[in-house]
Amino acid sequence: MQDDWTTPAAMAIPKGGFFEDKVEQGRYGPVYPKTPACYGFTIIAKIKPGTEQIIRDYGNKIENTIAGLPEALEVLKLHYLRWVLFDIGKETYFMYQGIFDTDFDKYTEDAVALFAKYGISTIFENLEGFPEDWKTNAPAFIKFVRDHQRPSFLEYGEYPYVSADEIKKALRLKAAFSKMLDEMQ
Amino acid sequence: MLEFEDIQHILLTRAPALNGHYEFLSFRSAAAGQEWLSAIVERVQSAEAMQETVAENARWVTVAFTWNGLRALGVDEASLATFPEEFRQGMVARAEVLGDTGSNHPDNWVDQTNSAALHAIAILFSRNAEERARCAAEHLKLLAGIQGVQVLSKLDIEATPPFDHAHDHFGYRDRISQPVIDGSGEVPVPGGGKPLKAGEFILGYEDEDGPPANLPQPEILSRNGTYMAYRRMEEHVGTFREFLKQNGETPEEQELVAAKLMGRWRSGAPLVLAPKKDDPALGADPQRSNDFNYKEMDPHGYAVPLGSHIRRLNPRDTAANMNRRSMIRRGGTYGSHLPEGTPDDGRERGVAAFVICASLVRQFEFAQNVWINDKNFHELGNERDPIVGNQDGTLEYKIPNRPIRRKITGIPSFTSIKGGAYFFLPGIKAIHYLAGLGTRKDPK
Repeated sequence: MQDDWTTPAAMAIPKGGFFEDKVEQGRYGPVYPKTPACYGFTIIAKIKPGTEQIIRDYGNKIENTIAGLPEALEVLKLHYLRWVLFDIGKETYFMYQGIFDTDFDKYTEDAVALFAKYGISTIFENLEGFPEDWKTNAPAFIKFVRDHQRPSFLEYGEYPYVSADEIKKALRLKAAFSKMLDEMQ
Repeated sequence: MLEFEDIQHILLTRAPALNGHYEFLSFRSAAAGQEWLSAIVERVQSAEAMQETVAENARWVTVAFTWNGLRALGVDEASLATFPEEFRQGMVARAEVLGDTGSNHPDNWVDQTNSAALHAIAILFSRNAEERARCAAEHLKLLAGIQGVQVLSKLDIEATPPFDHAHDHFGYRDRISQPVIDGSGEVPVPGGGKPLKAGEFILGYEDEDGPPANLPQPEILSRNGTYMAYRRMEEHVGTFREFLKQNGETPEEQELVAAKLMGRWRSGAPLVLAPKKDDPALGADPQRSNDFNYKEMDPHGYAVPLGSHIRRLNPRDTAANMNRRSMIRRGGTYGSHLPEGTPDDGRERGVAAFVICASLVRQFEFAQNVWINDKNFHELGNERDPIVGNQDGTLEYKIPNRPIRRKITGIPSFTSIKGGAYFFLPGIKAIHYLAGLGTRKDPK
């Protein structure tokens, strides 16, 4: 929709994550820019000692949640989520990377509500510095996310700026078209 | 149980008023502010008092304060810090979030609501213009007797003819969709959604997410209070009528264009239920005029365009967590009526409204930022709300139709923001608390 999806594009991003001359103010602070890889975040936080297995177990839990309720996260307009655990020295860190189509600021309360509903937030309770009152304090939850966001310095899209909805629409159309062709045989 | 005796009437009821008068005030000292408040508090009605006396009364008074106003009245810093960030910053600082940029920027506001010296608003609703004049004169007398309360600006509210139903200067019926508060005794209309927990609109009560949390302190100050976003929005009636003429050849086509911008005919009849032809009886019938959805009845917007005003401000079953985005609207129209066929006289006329909610950032600012001004709402690409969105002539409006959609480019701004502020609307006990701050020992 914006720019040409047929031409792959890369975008270098200044230190700090914002283009100073065009920072857009969102409800909870400046909005990170949209790139050829859409909107996204990379949250990195230290886990509390001894919680690694608890965090890993959430992998299966959330797999089952989504299997039973595939539309659970629909409102967030996601493409992909990636959860990673890694060590630096003797400490373990959790990385939560998401790519989506609306800036996080816009639907941030919806996200907090969903995370709470499907138990995703409980994983955050194992992270150091996560606000204990997150269930009743969305602004504190959001502040934690923003404080632990590590902005990219480069993002790339093979089909830049295309939304998940547009991809799904195109695939639906393709499926309908091949079905029609099959029926014409 | 709602404490009707402590909640200001404007939050729960609508006065049977055809006229109104707003005064924007500044306190030169805490003592002056408290003296004014001590005098006026006797005239501020609770919801209970209002209902008991509505038949014999002809005027209804409301008072509310900016964050600067609470400070000016002597609320201490520790307490001030417990108010939410967006309220502390005030509407002017939130301009970009709200879409108040370009010609809507606070620098262009006309009523000094953009001033840090704005401390309070006194709202009067009256049955008629005579009662308004009497009350305004009385208030003037009160202020003359107090040294140090300055009137920054005033605005008169007038219903526009015809007076048989509420509508704006463009002619659109108003007051169609209002949320119903659980425990208020009101019954929701079909399609209007279930009653919502009081905490969505009043501080101190359970909200849709659970028990109240993070309330401003002390409790006596916040309980039964809430937040109120004021918007003075000029309506460019001449521009609007000219746009209809340019985009519709016959009066019927022009009426349809007006309906497509709103999502309802000017009568209030929703396009989902009356897609081809106006149905004024439907528009006037609250039992029917909200009884529709989008997901099943109009998923592609062939009746109500995806970017229309009512679809943005109330996406119904096509958005998540609608129960957390509801707002109460009050207020009225100002300026003289511009009769159909009369050239625009250039005078300011519009809507001066209050949006009431328990969280400005989650409810009011979300509506402004996402529903009204997100260019890509519903994947529309290059649109904002055609009526109240920030329009600079570069955006478009798409009207889905078979076999091909219609796209109107270069949407002009039909409205401009001319003033606005964030107020805290305290309960009656809290008003007494604020009025008495000077007599208590300063904790510092």
